[in-house]
Amino acid sequence: MTGATAAVRSEAVAGPAPRRSGPLLELRDVEASYGPYRALFGVSFTVPEGSAVALVGSNGAGKSTVARVISGLVRASAGVVRYEGRDITRWPAWRIARAGVAHAPEGRSVFASLTVEENLLLAARALGGARVEGEALDRAFGEFGRLAEHRRQLAGTLSGGEQRMLSLAKAMVVAPRLLVVDEVSLGLAPAVVDEVFGLLRAIRRRGTSLLMVEQHLDQVLSMADRAVVLVRGRVAAEGEVADVQPAIARLLPARPARPEPEGVDPSAPQQPGGDPGWPEVE
Amino acid sequence: MALFFSYLLPGIPYGCAYALMAAGLVLTYRASGVFNLAFGAQAYVSALLFSIAVQHGWPVWAAFVMAVVLASPALGLAMERLLFRYTRTSGPLVKLVPALGLLIAIPSVTQMIIGTATRLPSPLVLQPWQVYFHIASTAVSGEELSTTVVTVVVVGALAVVMRSRAVGLRMRSVVESPRMAELAGVRADRTSAGAWALSSLFAGLAGVLLAPIYSQVSSSDFTALLVAAIAAAAIGGFESLPLTLAGGIGLGVAQELIAGYLPSGSILSSGLRPAFPFAVLAVALVARRTFRRGAARDPMASCDPPAPAFRPPARMTEVAVGSRVFSAVVASLLVAATLALVPGNWEFVFTFGIVLSIVFLSITLLTGMGGQISLCQATFAGAGALTAGQLAMHAVPIGLGILLGGVLAAALGAVVALPTLRLGGIAVGLLTLSFALLADNVLFLYPWSGNGASGLTVPRPQVGGVSFAGSSAFFWLALGFLVVLGVAVKLLQGGTTGRELAALRGSERAAAAVGIDVRRLRIVAFTLSAAIAGVGGALYGSLVQSISPNDFNYQFSLVYVVVVAAVGVYSVAGAVEAGVLYAVLMQLVSTMSGRFSSLLALIFGLAALTYVRHPEGVVAYGKSWVLDRAEQLTRHLQRGAGRPGGLATVGGRRRQHSGTGS
Repeated sequence: MTGATAAVRSEAVAGPAPRRSGPLLELRDVEASYGPYRALFGVSFTVPEGSAVALVGSNGAGKSTVARVISGLVRASAGVVRYEGRDITRWPAWRIARAGVAHAPEGRSVFASLTVEENLLLAARALGGARVEGEALDRAFGEFGRLAEHRRQLAGTLSGGEQRMLSLAKAMVVAPRLLVVDEVSLGLAPAVVDEVFGLLRAIRRRGTSLLMVEQHLDQVLSMADRAVVLVRGRVAAEGEVADVQPAIARLLPARPARPEPEGVDPSAPQQPGGDPGWPEVE
Repeated sequence: MALFFSYLLPGIPYGCAYALMAAGLVLTYRASGVFNLAFGAQAYVSALLFSIAVQHGWPVWAAFVMAVVLASPALGLAMERLLFRYTRTSGPLVKLVPALGLLIAIPSVTQMIIGTATRLPSPLVLQPWQVYFHIASTAVSGEELSTTVVTVVVVGALAVVMRSRAVGLRMRSVVESPRMAELAGVRADRTSAGAWALSSLFAGLAGVLLAPIYSQVSSSDFTALLVAAIAAAAIGGFESLPLTLAGGIGLGVAQELIAGYLPSGSILSSGLRPAFPFAVLAVALVARRTFRRGAARDPMASCDPPAPAFRPPARMTEVAVGSRVFSAVVASLLVAATLALVPGNWEFVFTFGIVLSIVFLSITLLTGMGGQISLCQATFAGAGALTAGQLAMHAVPIGLGILLGGVLAAALGAVVALPTLRLGGIAVGLLTLSFALLADNVLFLYPWSGNGASGLTVPRPQVGGVSFAGSSAFFWLALGFLVVLGVAVKLLQGGTTGRELAALRGSERAAAAVGIDVRRLRIVAFTLSAAIAGVGGALYGSLVQSISPNDFNYQFSLVYVVVVAAVGVYSVAGAVEAGVLYAVLMQLVSTMSGRFSSLLALIFGLAALTYVRHPEGVVAYGKSWVLDRAEQLTRHLQRGAGRPGGLATVGGRRRQHSGTGS
């Protein structure tokens, strides 16, 4: 299995052999905005080769934006993204994808008007080339048995959980060097969540590094070896999971097991307006 | 049998040209989601370039390479690169308006730069007028032969390419979500640029092949050709190329058979033949499942910055009051100048502007507030005007006739709304367009309706002892109507219906989910909008006093949408500004030499291209820009005067939510 994966990968990665010195991925002082709304205020962290990094934070902290900046969907307005030592900040998304960075975005990110098979075929051919597509598809259907049952069904007609599966399968179809998964467990039944994390462990064993954006803290922290905590567009803590645990407990308090006395809700935001929203660009 | 073939065979080359255009439309639609109405204009440009080059003594092959192989794809690539690349994740209106703008602007530009060609010689492959052989004693000319062969070969080749998994899959993925396609390693930009270049080649080919059929190169011929092509594409569901080819040829043949077998000279035969494609288009749109509501949204749309605010942002009190006073002064000065200072023809211009503003209000209501695309607003206006004219002939007072014109237009609006209920986005626009063309070619030609080319006369009103026959009096009457209807639309906007319409514009499903009867609301929107357009049209009739159906043909509908969208579709003020601006510019252009007669179309066509960046309209954007600066200046002055920064902070906060001006 590992040999097949390596063969598929070598098809996809063109050009000179990557430099082996630094981390696989490095973000330095990355800033990003959506029009007038600023999402990231200088984010820096690294993903070492072969590691699994958890990117955690509350809603609106900028986690998905970090994932989008890495894969080239959103352009950083300042700062540098380095992959294999190369500056990929200005690269178009397709070039980053072909270099081996896969991104499974949050939500039902599948081509609804294509069949399950066509979804996978599209990615396999564009990323791996026509020669490996058959092999890559067989492997994907082997791993995601549920999708194999719906091979010729339109992806838009799959259930929500199956669409998440397909989105992940699409990102993994040609084994990437770095897989960025955004909220992979969202909307999945607990048993399916376990299954998905099992798949992520398997792909990691085959040599893919992982960056996991996740709200499901227990699951993701149990399999990650590093964690990055984002708070309102800034990195609040970064390091080995064990070292970061106290910061996570402080910054992202878990819901209390027992209801608090009436009128006091510690998980409620401090500002009366609810969601603090995007900070403004100056 | 020989008679049958003599009708059937000439229809095939027509049908092939339809199919060729339709194949190109399907290609761009499938590769970029844009329904490229500018296609007709591209065909026109290629035909014009080809014929001019041939007239200047170029060899035919060189002219063909220049016009079809080089110029047309270059134009398509430029359109994709500069315009439609940025509309890929936008809604149907944002995709339609620039295409309409191009459809209007491109022929005017070419006309201004290279003039008009009178006659098209086109010995492309075979001698066009030479008869090569006979089928059932019907002569087949070289031109017919080459058109048919070229079409079948080219469309067949395209179908093979699209069938191939590599190209077809890439195109379908890019149209669904360019960003997600890039994540899968697909070069989305290159894919859609390639599709645009290829489909433009098709447009050019269709233009050159078809040129000999139409003796004179006129842009309106190519627009009619476009509609037939849309019908063929709709038969194929904007998907299947073989069905599109069959649909196009079938249409061409059916048109000729109708023309041949129906008694000549009657309105039925002269009307049915041109109306036929529109009827087919309407049926295909309603019948095919592809055009149902609820098209898939790009799941990656949230990567784009949020769309700019449709409502103008809250302003500082000083600036808000200042701008109100300024607008009031300008408006009063215009009114006073119209009545006292300007010469008579300018008085007419301003009255015309006001009447036009009323028609434009109908677009503000339907498209700006409700998000529905209608390409038959001029037809509604025409229905109002013709009703007033007919009633006047039967001694009904014209004042009443104007109101009844609105009522009849409203009824027509409700009827048009019914078949569109199951459709969404662009399909609504196409269906209304087919209705407009049906009215132009059939409905308005009878003596009891528009009375054909001879038209009707509409008198100026007289209410009680007050006569509005004088130009100043009529100006006041029109202004009165505008104020009443403008206030009514404004009240509607602020009320429950307005909020429901805003919900409809935002998301039809979400609107239904909060308990809005979406079907009823769409009928209401079309009815009210048609009523306003009808009253505006009747007033126009009374202003010019002599009207014909041609004053309300579909081209006006297209131009109106483009003008209002360019100036500002989301506010009552935008409609008034658009009306007055259009009338004034029209008067200015009419004083120039004939070569610039289409300058007006060019101005608004180009302005519509800004719709992608500024859906609120260029004038609304300009106002917002000026007011932003005014706020900054006011804040600066207040700080200078030593006042605390309280107001400045408030102003800054407000801008955070506005999303404009940065």
